[in-house]
Order: sequence, then structure tokens, then C-alpha cells
Amino acid sequence: MSETFLPDDPQHPIVVENLRNSFGDHVIHEGLSLTVNRGEILGVVGGSGTGKSVLMRSIIGLQVPDDGSITVLGRSITDAEGDEDIDIRARWGVLFQGGALFSTLTVGENVEVPLKEFYPEIAEQLRHEIAQFKVMLSGLPRDAVNKYPAELSGGMKKRAGLARALALDPELLFLDEPTAGLDPIGAAAFDKLTRALQETLGLTVFLITHDLDTLYEICDRVAVLADKKVIAVGTIPELLALDHPWIQEYFNGPRGRAARDAQHGARHGANQKVL
Amino acid sequence: MRQLAGYTLADGEGGAQIVTLTGPLTVAGVGGLDTDLRAISGPLAKVDLTPATAIDTVGAWVAWRLARDTGAEIVCENEETRRLIDAVSRSHGDRSIAAPRPELVERVPEAVGDLVVEVGEGSVGVIGFFGAILVSCWHLVSAPSRFRGKALIRQLELVGVSALAIIGLMSFLVGIVIAQQGAVQLQQFGAEVYTVNLTGRLAMRELGVLMTAIMVAGRSGSAFAAQIGTMKLTEEVDAMRTIGVSPIEALIIPRVLASVIMMPLLGFYAAVLAIIGGAFISQLVLDIPFVTFLLRIQEVVPVRDLWVGLIKAPFFGFIIAMSGCYQGMMVKANAEEVGLRTTKAVVQAIFMVIVLDAFFAVFFTKVGWG
Repeated sequence: MSETFLPDDPQHPIVVENLRNSFGDHVIHEGLSLTVNRGEILGVVGGSGTGKSVLMRSIIGLQVPDDGSITVLGRSITDAEGDEDIDIRARWGVLFQGGALFSTLTVGENVEVPLKEFYPEIAEQLRHEIAQFKVMLSGLPRDAVNKYPAELSGGMKKRAGLARALALDPELLFLDEPTAGLDPIGAAAFDKLTRALQETLGLTVFLITHDLDTLYEICDRVAVLADKKVIAVGTIPELLALDHPWIQEYFNGPRGRAARDAQHGARHGANQKVL
Repeated sequence: MRQLAGYTLADGEGGAQIVTLTGPLTVAGVGGLDTDLRAISGPLAKVDLTPATAIDTVGAWVAWRLARDTGAEIVCENEETRRLIDAVSRSHGDRSIAAPRPELVERVPEAVGDLVVEVGEGSVGVIGFFGAILVSCWHLVSAPSRFRGKALIRQLELVGVSALAIIGLMSFLVGIVIAQQGAVQLQQFGAEVYTVNLTGRLAMRELGVLMTAIMVAGRSGSAFAAQIGTMKLTEEVDAMRTIGVSPIEALIIPRVLASVIMMPLLGFYAAVLAIIGGAFISQLVLDIPFVTFLLRIQEVVPVRDLWVGLIKAPFFGFIIAMSGCYQGMMVKANAEEVGLRTTKAVVQAIFMVIVLDAFFAVFFTKVGWG
């Protein structure tokens, strides 16, 4: 399926090699390498200040790294020419932490911005229809489309931001702490939405999170950032088998155990229902 | 080169037609196709997606919309295409994208009403704010140990010392303009020697203080509003209150005092530099030696002109600081409001300064200091 539809794409949409980032004397990343597989949800975790957001900003070209190479969808970000740069921006969507909606535009108009920018030939009526169904696809109620961001709650802002990120049907979706600041019910709903969209649209998702429930629920693999690099990538059971103190403390702390038990319980419950 | 989607129309059974969509049905390819498809009006039997090479939600929407409007059935063999069409068909809506906007006849009276209410509430608010400052001053007088000396010195530096360069340069240039333009006019009567009177008296009475007030409003009044507004947004002001620190004592009194103290000093400094500017250009244009110009100033500018300037200045400083701090404290909602309030603070301050200046001009003439 994806071969016929996206012929020129490599199997690894994001490849980071030997990345180095620093602010003045403060080195954030040193020799960081990471590969993301097509069609997976990769969770990125790490303590505060380990440079998760900086890594994302480097990959999407907002932060120019000191050294190393970043390849996204087969194009080099680190030495991109102007034209390639624009071409590739139409193929990814980014959800920033606070939603980063344009405050002077309604939710629907926010979704229209990338459409207008990249595909001006799309007629106004179709553009309105697209904006409308994208907003609803992101789990917002029908009447949210003509509201201003200031009229929305935090969770709705994130959904609206997601709608804008999905405006161009990207292959790659970057989510920066999508469930931070949401109540547990809202967070669980957002996780479900992310998974559903990922499956329906065949997305590759790069997801920064602190939320252990999100990791257990929807991430195919988890990358752990510590000591200025990615120290491990793998499924959670694989990571648990490792002996790194931070990983052990993270997943085996009280919160980590609670999240694991919750997921275990849910599976158990589901099995019982089937039986 | 971007590939575009296309379509073919064929006759089917019973007079209804079959539309076959080809090429990539993606956001990049369907822009033109959709416009063409909307022109098809007749009833369709089938929309065939089998030959499409790619599909995304936008393509799925275009196909589904066509099928819905023409009563056609969608034909596709692909599981993923089916899933996308299901997803978009559950998400259709018909609301307008733009925010609801009332009619002009409703909008105008509403805007006028809002403005009236705002002005009314604003006046009450300013008076209340003024009262709060007076109360705080009284508290400080009765308990002087609570006065924040360091904060005051910091503000004195920000309002005064760091403004010296820009205010000096501006006044020097204004002095040049006044002397030069005045000289051109006065020369017609052979009275160019009065350029000294013109420059000296204008700088001392009006321009020094007025230009300084405008500059301080732009530099410090806006900074007050933005700083305090941001502190309101980050809940720093609320945190102060819960700890028991009065934001008026900690934030506003130092700023108001700094402006009141610095304005006369800056105003005098500006007047002096304006006169130096005038002297400088007079030497070049009118052949009045620099020193002679300065000596003449002593003779033609009465000391009470200096007092007129110095008396006005603290009032201007007070107005600038008040409007900056008041607008800052009024910030409630979001970052955009900080910008709006900052602008408002500067506009309000300059406007009030000029109104007050006009009042002072009449007042000083009436008391015989004209």
C-alpha cells in the first residue's frame, strides 16, 4: 500500500546521526543518533532539560545544530537548499506544546493557513470543507470551527493544533507533550485519538512525552534521552531489561508501576470480555 | 513536476453516468479536479476510485462529497481507501469557518456602547488606582522601613540615567531645528538676533520638558506597562499578594517615584542641550559666536522660565508612570493584551501630558509668568 502511494520514500523517515547541539558552553546533545521507522509511534522520554524539545526543533529545522546530520523523508535538513526545504514542510505536521494557534484566526481559518500557503489552487469552498472535516477528525465538536483560540479550553486548543498539523495530510507528525496539562480523561482521549489517526492515516509519529500512560498505551517504541544522547530505543519490555539507573527509576517508580498495572488491568479486562 | 488527479465520464446502465477518478487523489493533486467535479450536476451511478494511484483524506473527501451530492455509489477495492472515506464521512459539517459577525446596524451601536462603558469604568479604575497609591504612600510614611530603596534606585537608573544619551541627542537636534527655522523667519525682519530669545525661552518653558515627557512615555511608560502586565500574566503579582507583599509598594511606588524625581532633572538637561544645539547652529548659520549665544541666554531668559519647566515636569512624570502602571495592572487575559495595554499606556500618557501642558500654559500666563 504505502509502497505504491509513496514510491520515493525510504523506510526510515527520520534519521539523526551524531547530532551535537549546544547553547554557549552548555552542551545539550553530543553524538546523538536516532532512527525512526515508517508507520510507528515513537515516544521520546527523558528528564527535564535533556533536550527533548531541542531534538524535535533540530529535526524540523527550527534549531541549527552545531554538528551532525539529520535526514527527514530522504532529504537532508542540515544542508537543505531553500526549495527542498519548502517541499518537505508540506509533508510534516507539528503540534507545539501550547497548540501555537494563530490567535487572530478562528480554528477553521487556522487549519486553512497551510492549505492556502501550499495549494492556492484549491477553491474556497473545498478549502472550507477540508477545514471543517479536519477539525472534526481531530475530535472537536462541529461548532468549534468558527471559534477563536481564546474561547477554547487547553485540551480543545491541542486538538485544534492537531487539526492544523494534519491540514496537509502529512506523512510525519511531531507532537510535543500532547497530553501535558490535560486532565486524565482528556489525556486518555487524546491518546486514543492519536492512535486512531495514526492507524487511519498511516502516519509516522514522533511524540515527546512525560506521560507514562501515553507510553504504555500508544507508543510502539520508546527512545530514552539521557547523558546528552539517546541511550536506548526499544519497546518498553526491552527497555525494562536494561540496567541503566534512569530507565529503571523511570519505569519502576511508583508512577511507572501504576501505568503498567493500569495497562495490564485493561488488557486483562478486555480478555475477560472476549471470553 | 507535480502530478494532478483527473477524471473520465462514461455512460452506465439506465442513463446514469459513471465517474472514474484517476491519478493521485491527494491534497496536492485534487485542487483543479474538485472544481471540475462540482460542475457535474446529473445523477451518477458510480464513482470509481480503483485506478487512483494515491489517496489521502482530502482526496477521500472530494470523492465522498461527489458521491453524496449526486447520489452515487463509491467503488473501491482498497481497504485503506475505504477506511479514509469512512473517516471523512463521519466528520462532515456545514458551519461557516469565519467567526459569526453581527450586522452593521448591531455592530456600531454595540461598539459605541462598549466604548462608553469602557471610558466610564476606566475613569473609576484610575481614580481607584490613584487612591490605592495614596493609601500605600501613607503606609510607607508611617512605616518607612518598608520602603524599597533598592527598587527605587534601580528604576531611577532605568528611567533617568540610561535615557541620557537618547534624550540628549534628541534635544540637541530639536534645538538646532528651532534655531535654524526661527532664524530663517526672523531674518525677514532683520531680527535674527532674537533667535537667542526664541530658542532659550522655548527650550526652558516648553520643549525641554515636553519632548522629554514624550520620550520617557515611549521608553519607560511602555516598559512599565509591559513589565507589570507580563508579571500579571505569569501570576507573579498574585504570588506577591499571597506572600503579603503589596504589589503597589513593591512595583508601583518605586516606578512612580522614579518618574517624578527624574522628569525635572531630565527636562532641565534636555533644555540645556537644546540651547547648546541652538548655539551650535547659530555659530554656523548666523555668525553668532557660541559663547555670545550662551551669554545672551542669561540675559534674555528669565529664571522663572526655568521654574515653569521644572514645576510642570514632576506632574508629567506622575502621569506617565501612573498610566503605564495602571494599564499594566489591568492586564488579565493573554499576551496580546499586554501589547494593547502598552500601546494604550503610551498614547494615554502623551495625550494627558499635552492636555496638562496646555492647562499649565494658560495658568502661568494668568499668574503673570508669561
